[in-house]
Amino acid sequence: MQRATLDLWVGIFVVAGIVAVLFLALKVGNLGGFDNSETYEIRASFQNIGGLKARAPVKSAGVVVGRVAEIGFDSKSYEASVTLKLDARYPFPRDSSASIMTSGLLGEQYISLDAGGEEKMLVNGDTLKITQGAVVLENLIGQFLYNKNDSQTDSAEPVQ
Amino acid sequence: MIEALIENVRGIGRRTIDRVWRMGVAAHFFVLVFLHSGPSFRRFHLIIREIFSAGVLSLIIILVSGLFVGMVLGLQGYETLQTYGAEESLGVLVSLSLVRELGPVVAALLFASRAGSAITAEIGLMKATEQIAAMEMMAVDPIARVVAPRFWGAVISMPLLAALFSAMGVLGGYLVGVVLIGVDAGSFWSQMQAAVDFKEDVLNGVIKSVVFGVAITIIALFEGYDAPPTAEGVSRATTRTVVTSSLAILGLDFVLTAFMFRGV
Repeated sequence: MQRATLDLWVGIFVVAGIVAVLFLALKVGNLGGFDNSETYEIRASFQNIGGLKARAPVKSAGVVVGRVAEIGFDSKSYEASVTLKLDARYPFPRDSSASIMTSGLLGEQYISLDAGGEEKMLVNGDTLKITQGAVVLENLIGQFLYNKNDSQTDSAEPVQ
Repeated sequence: MIEALIENVRGIGRRTIDRVWRMGVAAHFFVLVFLHSGPSFRRFHLIIREIFSAGVLSLIIILVSGLFVGMVLGLQGYETLQTYGAEESLGVLVSLSLVRELGPVVAALLFASRAGSAITAEIGLMKATEQIAAMEMMAVDPIARVVAPRFWGAVISMPLLAALFSAMGVLGGYLVGVVLIGVDAGSFWSQMQAAVDFKEDVLNGVIKSVVFGVAITIIALFEGYDAPPTAEGVSRATTRTVVTSSLAILGLDFVLTAFMFRGV
């Protein structure tokens, strides 16, 4: 085969391969999300993070405004310390509160950020004061059974 | 009775020594290919020629297989996910299974049978028709002239083919899931983007395909170079290439997956 034709075909092949990698990175993967825009980091301590994982979304009013950057354990307070990376386009008041929610009944866990009313905004390195940890399904079921047991004995007493 | 037993044990020993010896020769061959790669990079058109015969000529089988694998994943995934009312996660299922596993592995298996066998047959025939001996007579190093360009051509082609396979598969899943069945296109793509991580999934898939490419090519080249210079020898070597490299791909895939996706 002619050298020029060969070069053309190989060129087409290589370009198509690179386009495929880019397609996987940009359209299928999450590259080009928040990673290249400016962010600021804030910290929050939770009593229990449940199944929260790094890179989980941080949502406010259902809109993704950032991601969980790091999850650590504070050995002094015995709490989980979570670092959140928020998009710099979205400033939040200093008395905002964070809570860990589950999308759907069995879905992935994310952090919900509820804006407060203070005039001062959060800056890089701040810590959120009001937090609410994850709801652990087992505890809930345990509580429910316990309560149910209680109410049964309550209602049973007048009969006797 | 005892004699026969001893003879059996001796047979096992001989076969073991043969295998180990062959592996040693293969490893030596691998190092030689690396050491003699310099000239083929200086004459890059040799590599381009091999990218054409290993990569471009494998395009059709890779693209068509990718499309169909993606479409089947779309259909099967929808059937199962629908039971849990989670058909929006179809994109996640299709893309993760393609990018992490099916893309690199199936593309490598196809590549082994399409390009690997061709490499073995070509080099084996060159040896059978004494072209390699002729090169040596003319003081042309056959490893630098024949083997190294084929090695690099195939190693460069493999990750590109795997990426094309995955991309076609995702499009196939989209075709079946969104266009045909009617899953919401927005949640198909957005859930996929939320679940697929560039470094964790896409890059690891590319690394896998590079490792598979090296394994397939070195097996194919060695089998061809080592083949007895007869028609039967070449045919056996070609068969061995496909069998050995398929097993190597699956074994390596397990090892790589165990390292990459452990507890993430």
